[in-house]
Amino acid sequence: MGHSSNAPNKLVAMANQIGTFFATQPKINVPEAVADHLRKFWDPRMRNQITSYLKSGGTGFDPPIREAVQLLVTQDNQ
Amino acid sequence: MSLVNEIDYGTPASPSTEMVTLTIDGRAVTVPAGTSIMRAAMDAGVEIPKLCATDMLDAFGSCRLCLIEIEGRAGTPASCTTPVAEGLVVATTSERLDRLRKGVMELYVSDHPVASLDPCQQDDLELLDVAAQVGLTENRYGFDSTRHRNTGLDVSNPYFMYDPEKCIVCSRCVRACNDVQGTFALTITGRGFDSVMAAGSDQSFLESDCVSCGACVQACPTGSLIEKAVVEQGKPDHSVITTCAYCGVGCSFKAEMKGDQLVRMVPYKGGAANHGHSCVKGRFAWGYANHKERILNPMIRKSTSDPWQEVSWDEAITYTASEFKRIQAKYGVRAIGGLTSSRCTDEETFLVQKLVRAGFGNNNVDTCARVCHSPTGYGLGLTFGTSAGTQDFDSVEQTDVMLLVGANPSDAHPVFASRMKQRLRQGAKIIVIDPRKTQLVRTPHIEAAYHLPTLPGTNVAILTALAHVIVTEGLCDEEFVRTRCDWDAFQDWAAFVAEPRNSPEALAEAIGVPAADIRGAARLYATGGNGAIYYGLGVTEHSQGSTAVMAIANLAMATGNIGKPGVGVNPLRGQNNVQGSCDMGSFPHEFSGYRHVSNDAVREIFVKDWGVPLEKEPGLRINNMLDAAVDGSFKGLYVQGEDIMQSDPDVQHVAAGLQAMECVVMQDLFLNETANYAHVFLPGSTFLEKDGTFINAERRIQLVRKVMEPRNGMADWEITCALSNALGYPMHYNHPSEIMDEIARLTPTFAGVSFEKLDELGSIQWPCNETAPTGTPVMHIGSFVRGKGNFVITEYLPTAERVGPRYPLLLTTGRILSQYNVGAQTRRTDNVVWHDEDLLEIHPHDAEERGIADGSWVKLASRAGETTLRAQITDRVAPGVVYTTFHHPDTQANVVTTDYSDWATNCPEYKCTAVQVSPSNGRTDWQEDYSAFSKQSRRIATSEAAE
Repeated sequence: MGHSSNAPNKLVAMANQIGTFFATQPKINVPEAVADHLRKFWDPRMRNQITSYLKSGGTGFDPPIREAVQLLVTQDNQ
Repeated sequence: MSLVNEIDYGTPASPSTEMVTLTIDGRAVTVPAGTSIMRAAMDAGVEIPKLCATDMLDAFGSCRLCLIEIEGRAGTPASCTTPVAEGLVVATTSERLDRLRKGVMELYVSDHPVASLDPCQQDDLELLDVAAQVGLTENRYGFDSTRHRNTGLDVSNPYFMYDPEKCIVCSRCVRACNDVQGTFALTITGRGFDSVMAAGSDQSFLESDCVSCGACVQACPTGSLIEKAVVEQGKPDHSVITTCAYCGVGCSFKAEMKGDQLVRMVPYKGGAANHGHSCVKGRFAWGYANHKERILNPMIRKSTSDPWQEVSWDEAITYTASEFKRIQAKYGVRAIGGLTSSRCTDEETFLVQKLVRAGFGNNNVDTCARVCHSPTGYGLGLTFGTSAGTQDFDSVEQTDVMLLVGANPSDAHPVFASRMKQRLRQGAKIIVIDPRKTQLVRTPHIEAAYHLPTLPGTNVAILTALAHVIVTEGLCDEEFVRTRCDWDAFQDWAAFVAEPRNSPEALAEAIGVPAADIRGAARLYATGGNGAIYYGLGVTEHSQGSTAVMAIANLAMATGNIGKPGVGVNPLRGQNNVQGSCDMGSFPHEFSGYRHVSNDAVREIFVKDWGVPLEKEPGLRINNMLDAAVDGSFKGLYVQGEDIMQSDPDVQHVAAGLQAMECVVMQDLFLNETANYAHVFLPGSTFLEKDGTFINAERRIQLVRKVMEPRNGMADWEITCALSNALGYPMHYNHPSEIMDEIARLTPTFAGVSFEKLDELGSIQWPCNETAPTGTPVMHIGSFVRGKGNFVITEYLPTAERVGPRYPLLLTTGRILSQYNVGAQTRRTDNVVWHDEDLLEIHPHDAEERGIADGSWVKLASRAGETTLRAQITDRVAPGVVYTTFHHPDTQANVVTTDYSDWATNCPEYKCTAVQVSPSNGRTDWQEDYSAFSKQSRRIATSEAAE
């Protein structure tokens, strides 16, 4: 506890938590659903922080969330 | 201007659609069957004298003044208790009736301490008005006869007094307490001449169960119960109808004035939300408007360690604009943001979000709904297609089964709780899902069919278990589901909830409620007739808050309890205008009317109207702003009427975020806790000092009318305009009605709303547009806003906040009747006589185990922080659960709550914190340090500390 900033580990925890919902939904692509949620509700600096963290070899991502953040990275590169 | 005098028809209106025609004093009158002759006469303009009758109450027939004669019938029946019948011929006056009335009236007057029969001798005395009406010109018994009820004045209640000598035992007060309020605190004691009204068991009002709603005072015809303000200030000379600034019920009041002074607030019978009833807050707790601690001059300071310096409005606004410009130039456009206030009007919140989007050039705007009902927006948006309650409050009159989840309306929405109680006393049933034994579990003449005392954090589990029973026992309304909902989504959901792991038996241990009770409650909700769900922050303020809202929507759709009166899904919104602040586009990802900022077509509408390019990316939420501040990328915040330092979770983190900013601008009535960290203070105005609108929990838009000039010199909307103009984005409005015109122009669900129409109709429930020109009381009739209703799978995922050896108890937080939110207003009124400190409710078993005595000081500690407060030992909470309120800054209950939040919206998990409680003999270091800091921070260079 006591997260005091948008530190990568907090953002990863938040993204993983979002993933726990979408993982239970039928007929959806979880990484795409999570990436869409992040695009809709996270300010760009938060998305940049989590994508930078992934690109720098960050850990702690649940597998579908790693894919979701990778989708954001891919989008950024386009 | 004059006083708004409402017609008193003597008895309530009849709901019958069958019409009856009779003749009263030679005039043909047609009224609904079941109407009393008294009311029918009033309908025809004939006022029959009365004392024990009033149209807020059912007929009682005791005062013997409303006598009539009916052709072909013997005697002189009471018109209040005699219903109309086809062809009756009624006379309301005759020599016999006049004589009888005079005689009765003379007896009343003889036992009342009036000095004469002159109605002008005493203010607000219906008794003497009626004496004049019946033509009583003399009192043969004199005005100094023996007083039979001279038990002494009761001045214990801070707002009204009781003089038994003036009581005529009409029982209006007792019936108001019973029938309208539902508290049953008053009674008539004694016999004959000794009969007199008494509070409780011959207690004072303050000692009794009285909740000070004021219904008895309003009902009293003799001045026996009277507001102290009326006694002290005299009779008001004019009144203005306005809307209460407390809670999401949105009661209408007559603000009764004497000159420019407010004398009293009287609930307005024409108010569609409250129908003439009130609670202790709206009725009496308005004295904060003139409290000595109110700040009336703008102030600035370079550093929060400096004392405040009073400055002119010009200087304060110019300084703020220059600071925000400096910050944006140095740290970027997205380095500042704003918070709208759910205590301010729609027009004011609309302007703040406009200032952020168009003036700041980003979407960093949020509102207090982030920390209360943001999951309602997400959950109902996904399932129904829009973010709001489905019904009007009147709908409860047709409800057979209420399912109350995580809400305590008796304390937080008291006027609607009274409506619920009325319906329950008529025979409706209630199921209460709440960790605490709240008042609606058991209160006079009401007992819940089921109380399911869940362990905090298990809402999704119990809601899914209820669905399991409904699906597996074949209790779904298949026709409704097939025609109104997405059938494929339903089938996926039904298969999910039917899994054995979702059965009550499988989940009972986690939930803490016997499986049989869950089954019984599910059957009752699904088969008991019209089922209506009411829910509150006990649902939303969890890590699965949004999921729980969806689970609630699933239940309503599966049972066909949506789209007609008597049913529905009804979030009980907390603050007076939290619905409105959400509707107005206060969230960082959406414009007014819940339209995402990334939608190019929608954004283009605003770009054209506002004349500037607009950001298409979502902005920061409150908690993200604080995180970003600690990170160094967010440096300035404009806060309109909100106290995040007291209301938001994990306040040490809030403090860290605020301390990291270079310019915090606080706009409020008082130097609140957030102001301790502010660099600019802009004094705000009260709801009495401005025009505008509030929107209540039933989507009802109501006018707020100015009754006095702003003591600070500017209404809040004018302050926002000034700031925007100083920043270089022009905002010019002559009146808030022009802002509403802009809202209507830009927001399809408000397209038909204007101040003019609100004035004409009294109120409007959105959507209001071409297809619904007078508004929409019940939503989703025929089809959902999104088309087909969407079932969503709601897997129960326990919160990461777990109890363990160090923190073995679960804390849940909430509110109490007499205090409102952070208490900034109510703590500055006499409401503190009921609640002058936050207490920790703890079960006797847990208290004994820890050596804690009732009333003793305890330390409440969690992983986030610790505080001290006094213990209240009670079985309202179950073993393992403790509860407190967050109304007092000395306690800072949110030092203890964590930054866990709802997965979808970041709504904090206030309702579930693992804690330990232990005896304490002193304040915590945090309390000592914060207290010293707070005192230091509130210094004003030109005067004493404000608080």
